[in-house]
Amino acid sequence: MVPKDLKYSKEHEWVRTEGDVAVVGITDFAQSELGDVVFLELPKKGDTVTQYQTFGVVESVKAASDLYAPVTGEVIAVNDNLLNEPEIVNKSPYEDAWMLRVKMSDPQEVDGLLSAEDYEAFIAG
Amino acid sequence: MSEEARVVEPTIFELSRPGRTSQAVGACDVPEKELAAVLPGVALRQDLPLPEVTEAEVTRHFVRLSRLNYAVDLGLYPLGSCTMKYNPKVNEEVASWAGFASIHPYLPDAACQGALQLMYELQRYLCEIGGMDACTLQPSAGAQGELTGMLMVRAYHREREEDHRRIVLVPDSAHGTNPASAAMVGYRVVTVLSDVSGGVDLDDLRGKLNGEVAALMITIPNTLGLFDENICEIARLVHEAGGLVYADGANMNAMLGRAKPGDLGCDVMHFNLHKTFSTPHGGGGPGAGPVAVKAPLAPYLPSPLIARRDASDGQAAYYRDFDRPQSIGRVRSFYGNFGILVRAYTYIRSLGAEGLRSVSENAVLNANYLLAQLRGAYDLPYARRCMHEFVLSGRRQKSQGVRTLDIAKRIIDYGFYPPTIYFPLIVEEALMVEPTETESKATLDAFADTMLSIAREAVDEPEVVREAPHNSPVGRLDEVRAARHPVLRDQG
Amino acid sequence: MNYVPNTDADREAMLRVVGVNSTAELFAAIPAAVRDPELRLPGPLSELDLRQTLSEMALRDGDPQRCLSFLGAGAYNHFIPAVVPRMIGRSEFYTSYTPYQPEISQGTLQSIFEFQSLICRLAQMDVANASLYDGAGATAEAVVLALSASRRHKVVLAGTLHPEYRQVVWTYARELGLEIIEGGRQGDAGKVSTEWLRDVMDERTACVVVQQPNFLGCLEDVAALAEVAQRVGALFVVAYDPISLGILQSPGAYGADVAVAEGQPLGIPVSFGGPYLGLFSCGEKYLRQMPGRLVGETVDNRGQRGYVLTLQAREQHIRREKATSNVCTNQALMALAATVYLSYMGPVGMRRVAELCLQKAHYAAERIAALPGFSLAFSAPFFKEFAVRCPRPAREVNAALLAAGIVGGFDLSRFYPDLADCLLLCVTELHTRADIDRLVAALAREAAL
Repeated sequence: MVPKDLKYSKEHEWVRTEGDVAVVGITDFAQSELGDVVFLELPKKGDTVTQYQTFGVVESVKAASDLYAPVTGEVIAVNDNLLNEPEIVNKSPYEDAWMLRVKMSDPQEVDGLLSAEDYEAFIAG
Repeated sequence: MSEEARVVEPTIFELSRPGRTSQAVGACDVPEKELAAVLPGVALRQDLPLPEVTEAEVTRHFVRLSRLNYAVDLGLYPLGSCTMKYNPKVNEEVASWAGFASIHPYLPDAACQGALQLMYELQRYLCEIGGMDACTLQPSAGAQGELTGMLMVRAYHREREEDHRRIVLVPDSAHGTNPASAAMVGYRVVTVLSDVSGGVDLDDLRGKLNGEVAALMITIPNTLGLFDENICEIARLVHEAGGLVYADGANMNAMLGRAKPGDLGCDVMHFNLHKTFSTPHGGGGPGAGPVAVKAPLAPYLPSPLIARRDASDGQAAYYRDFDRPQSIGRVRSFYGNFGILVRAYTYIRSLGAEGLRSVSENAVLNANYLLAQLRGAYDLPYARRCMHEFVLSGRRQKSQGVRTLDIAKRIIDYGFYPPTIYFPLIVEEALMVEPTETESKATLDAFADTMLSIAREAVDEPEVVREAPHNSPVGRLDEVRAARHPVLRDQG
Repeated sequence: MNYVPNTDADREAMLRVVGVNSTAELFAAIPAAVRDPELRLPGPLSELDLRQTLSEMALRDGDPQRCLSFLGAGAYNHFIPAVVPRMIGRSEFYTSYTPYQPEISQGTLQSIFEFQSLICRLAQMDVANASLYDGAGATAEAVVLALSASRRHKVVLAGTLHPEYRQVVWTYARELGLEIIEGGRQGDAGKVSTEWLRDVMDERTACVVVQQPNFLGCLEDVAALAEVAQRVGALFVVAYDPISLGILQSPGAYGADVAVAEGQPLGIPVSFGGPYLGLFSCGEKYLRQMPGRLVGETVDNRGQRGYVLTLQAREQHIRREKATSNVCTNQALMALAATVYLSYMGPVGMRRVAELCLQKAHYAAERIAALPGFSLAFSAPFFKEFAVRCPRPAREVNAALLAAGIVGGFDLSRFYPDLADCLLLCVTELHTRADIDRLVAALAREAAL
């Protein structure tokens, strides 16, 4: 499941742009590879994230993965629900499990990300 | 805890009843004073919420708990890379003698010559077995041995004004402690790939060797149970680039009297006394991880070492040598897990050189014998003769709808402990089997029958395997629930 | 002697199945030049010969059960109830391994869960792990936790913290680019000065580490020190004596962020320095930075309560170089000893042991201080250890005591050059009044010289 209207990174994050704000989460493919998500570590509101740098961690019982920011900017909102109910990441990766809202410092960074088609080809190997 | 959960064995807190008091200690034979008089102005505790149970209840509780465990003394425990061999009882007894168990670590040298002699000789035996020049017994476990070794590597390069070397190479088959230990010393870990035969990919190694590399950490034989035929060449390449070779001795059981890591070109290594030298695993510890080195690294060994001198002037012959100005310092209090050292020493003395060679001979024969029986029913990713252990892949069974985890759980129903699973990471659905030398042909045959039977079940009645274990004290446990909503202490 | 069950006939049959003619062929991968080296070790021994040989070595250490000793300084002789060695001597416990397969490891898992719970109750902290190697290692891991939790790089170690613990912290920290400040001992009080701490603290300080009671036996003003540390956002780390918590206020009660300890006094013999037991507990908010194994409660697919290793994604086998620590296992069997000990002692037993140590130590201190030339070195209150100033160098006093069949105290000059005439004496519930009187009489002879 790869929604057409989103952009993707090779690290399996998705981005939805709303003006100069990017909404960020991890893809359905990523959550199914991880298995049952049990814990997330996310930045705080006001922190800065940098494209292709880590911004947090997602853990399942047997694995831990770094989360990589698909864009650069200031974090203006964090989805705190995920901290209490990490299972949302498995249930609704593209909707309820958005992780960050980032005010982008360079919205053109999004152009360098993968399209839905490219991402589908990427995960198909 | 949900209300509906049934209790297998109550916790010690659930067994507690107010008013049951311990009779362990009682009367005071010196005049007692008011607490306020001896501890003026000191804050005292108000409550001490410990369980109140009788000795009989304590005994029954822990005996009942013990019966929920599988153990080497119950049968085969073929946990790969853990060397779960039989733990000789004489070792336990010797370690419990007052002359070893009741001596204080700060006794003067003259009052603990027996203990110091034992440690001194064990240092020498380990050097002889490893082909090394000097040894510390201080590290408490393999992982602390790795940390000790890597701190020495860093000190060695610093002394030679080569502290810019900050990369440590670790093969992709390595145990997770290797990269974690290197990182604790400030090193950046670069992974070296394995080649198709399961050894280090020499081209990949050459491409990653440069003037920034401090060391290569390598397990011999490796975690696939394979002896890398290129090991001397690997060591030569690392040395040529100015790096050192660290040998992870977790798999020394295959090497006893067959090859010495020092002769293969390794500069520093650790031993796992709880694997190779039969000290019990204790449910997860204590173990011991002595580190042995070649002479150029000896100045950096932790302080103190146990040394010997000419005692003709009346001084104690064996002493603790603290005069080690270039030492990396201390990695733990006192001198190491002495009680474990006593057991390992006892083991080496009982076997001698001949017995140790028999250990590796039979460990390797047992593994190959078991492998020969199983290789038809399970995939063998590296189709070579193995050393003391081998790694199968459950990918064929996975395609039949049964995962390696299911196979492991099903083994429990047949009365054995399962092998190590999902390690090493480079083998899909890995099953890592290490029978050890203390198992008989008859036991190996029974285990082989079990594995073959499960392979058939995976085809004929996969649901029996998927729902296993059926005969264990508890069924499969919900690890996701445990991690999402951690309950790490009793809620009383 | 060896423990190989296969007979020659077994080996022959097995070689045929493997498809080789001899076991030597199995080692063919080892380069011939280095294969089958000479191994110069003493010859094998039968069990009887082994016991006789080892018994001679053990006897060279004297008879510690008859020899009167007042050594403490981080390794303590306390009473070990018979039930403790009996339980940890069960094969099902000591010949099992890390509970990778929880279905057949509930004995180890539940006992670790109970251990974690007991340590939380004793120290009154939120969470405790399944144990670390020893008190020194637990202290070093606490510093590592503080660095990662605070993202700061300065560490303050009380000069009254066990010198070997400080050495281990230095070793762990030496390649991490830290600034370490040590000191603060007030000359005559024997404890850390709150003013000194206030002066060295700043916004870069990750943690302050103190010991309670401290290495010199004295009780620190822990509540005041904690307040000074936490005012600038540093973590307050305390290394406590678990026996003292039968009486003294707990680390949780005075606000410690991390509480560590040497757990050896809880039913584990001194055994020349190991194996011991590192106790590690902390506030809930540091759970994710905690090193070591953790056991959690859950349910199985039959609806039964059970226990598993949990939160493993912090650990080296998953995180590899990004793990919170390289620690792989715990000291499970030693943790079991402490679990049985605490369960058996209960609140009454723990309190009584602490009272006996306290009373007997104070009786001894009072008697010794009354001897001419001897005095208590420090004015701060103490628990079971105290330093005495001797009329001669401590080394000489110890030598005279040893000649009288008494192992004296710890000679403090080894770590504190200014205390060359000070002996650190430890008195526990094991010492009878007669033992103490014998020590006092022997010291009186020294005083008379």
